[in-house]
Amino acid sequence: MAAYLIRRLWQMIPTLLGVVLLVFFLFKYFGSDPAIILGGLNASPEQIESIREQLGLNKPVWEQLWIFIQQIVTFDWGKSWATNESVANLFATRLPATLTVTVPILILEVALAIPFALAVATVRGSLTDRTVMVCTTVAVSISLLVYVILAQYLFAFRLGWFPVQGWTSSHWTNLTTYAPLPILVAVAVSMAPQIRLYRSFFLDEIGHDYVRTARAKGMTEGTVLLKHVLRNAMIPILTNVSVLLPGVLVGSFLIEVFFSIPGLGRELLLAVNRGDYPVIQAFAIYLAALTMTVNLLVDVLYKFVDPRVVLK
Amino acid sequence: MSAVSNSSGLVRAAESSSGGVWAAAWRRLKTDRVGVASMGIVGVFLVIVLLAATNLVASSWQQEVGVPNAPPTLLGPQPQEDTGTIAAPKGPNVDLSDIDPLAPRYAEWAERAKAFKTEEVTKAETLPLGGDRLGRDVLAKVIKGAEVSIVVGLAAAVVATLIGTLLGALSGFFGGKVGDLLEWVYNVFTAIPSILLIFAFAAIFPRGIGAVVAILALTGWTGIYRLIRAEFMKHRVREYVRSAEAIGASQASRMFKHILPNVSHVALVQLSLHVVSFIKSEVILSYLGLGVGVDQVSWGTMLAEAQNELILGYWWQLAAVTACMAVFVTAFALFTDALRDALDPKLRGLE
Repeated sequence: MAAYLIRRLWQMIPTLLGVVLLVFFLFKYFGSDPAIILGGLNASPEQIESIREQLGLNKPVWEQLWIFIQQIVTFDWGKSWATNESVANLFATRLPATLTVTVPILILEVALAIPFALAVATVRGSLTDRTVMVCTTVAVSISLLVYVILAQYLFAFRLGWFPVQGWTSSHWTNLTTYAPLPILVAVAVSMAPQIRLYRSFFLDEIGHDYVRTARAKGMTEGTVLLKHVLRNAMIPILTNVSVLLPGVLVGSFLIEVFFSIPGLGRELLLAVNRGDYPVIQAFAIYLAALTMTVNLLVDVLYKFVDPRVVLK
Repeated sequence: MSAVSNSSGLVRAAESSSGGVWAAAWRRLKTDRVGVASMGIVGVFLVIVLLAATNLVASSWQQEVGVPNAPPTLLGPQPQEDTGTIAAPKGPNVDLSDIDPLAPRYAEWAERAKAFKTEEVTKAETLPLGGDRLGRDVLAKVIKGAEVSIVVGLAAAVVATLIGTLLGALSGFFGGKVGDLLEWVYNVFTAIPSILLIFAFAAIFPRGIGAVVAILALTGWTGIYRLIRAEFMKHRVREYVRSAEAIGASQASRMFKHILPNVSHVALVQLSLHVVSFIKSEVILSYLGLGVGVDQVSWGTMLAEAQNELILGYWWQLAAVTACMAVFVTAFALFTDALRDALDPKLRGLE
């Protein structure tokens, strides 16, 4: 186990280095000149030159890359160009708002999709099954934007069940007052694709021989489904959750934009619109590192879910 | 010599009778009623896109042909708003000409004003699918928006498939150092969450159709690469490829003349799958202002406008875009399913 972990962590290094190189050269050679962005419209050539000097843009490329890597390792990204807020502080203050919304979304959508998908899978081929499949096909094809626009209009603006948008400094008020509508919308929207996917996982398992054997032994359908099929289907489901997990950090950016939730996703979008390179670069690199760590944790989790899995 | 020509003649005869893999796939596709119907709908949309692209329809989508927020024809015109009347003042007019400094020039200005004609434009009270806040025809906008969104989706999917297929072919065929290098590139691109990658590219690219295509293609090729690579690894060691090698076929010829036709159905299905997801991404990017330029219209920019209109009760633009997009995307998704079933009958009924 320890050897496995060390080897996996060791393998992450070249990939992370690649991410750093990609982000560095992408912004270095394809982005606009940072000095011009920072200088604004009325900057004189001397001012631009002095900004270039300050940022070290006149140094050779490899030296700039070295500074970039030092920044990553020491977690010191300096300040946002737009707001002069330190990037580390930006991360720390925006993350709680994002987690308040995304963690309940992830838990709810997985917890709801599993029973629904199992129910649909057991009545495969029936009218209910086909109706659900047609509904999910159509539901998936409508843009997420439409759902959010309509839900905000109907439940918040028209019926007044929820506030249209808002956020406070109290986590509890946020969770009970401002987060429910965004969470509800996001869960409802992600249900259709999740049910489709999980249904195919369950159908895959139901077709196996061990299910027939279990039924032949005279087990009740409930035991067969809940004890045998569900446990075996948990492996592809877990893989799918691991795909969704990195999204917990920025995945709900649309929801954040719509409901004015001061989270990471909205901050990232603001940074893109302002050309705030340090923020975008920091987000890309740290989230890539986090994603890789999460993937590693999920691989280790397989071992606990399925004892047959051998980590090598 | 005669034996060779004989056998090639046999092959040709066999081809004309069975018609090859594509004809067989076409026959299977034709028997799938849902597939044919959805293909018809997609075809209609593509014709509309073509007509819009050649400016035959919806070329004047920017003209303000109706009154602001003109309702759809079915609903009838908006009720006249009660503007109230201001009572005309009574009593004699006070003559101000002795203290009004502009008074001497009024006659001259009236003379000059006669040189210009004011044209009365009657704006339509209602439009087929309603109008937006400037009175532009929603029908024309939705057609023009369809052109932009579908062209972006198709172009991005084609570019992404080309990138993915080329890299996948190189990686799968050569393996070794080349394969390791490309695997590393793949790992790097998939390590960054896709939405972040899209934003990072959007931050450095200008706005416009070409930029959206580039962003989506450069971030969306990874899945195709992986599948094509696996196919090439599988086919590389097959007998027909070894035989081609034995008679001296070059590496390029083996890759693109022998293996590629045998895996092209995988690429085609992936292309089709990516069209749908890219159209959805384009809509979101344009909504956020990271997509097409301000003087262009796409389904995403229309949704952005529709959001504000909805609060005022003007729902028709939202309805038009939603319906249009839902029909196209559903039809395309069903067509993709049918295409996959037709090209790879082994997969039928798995989902």
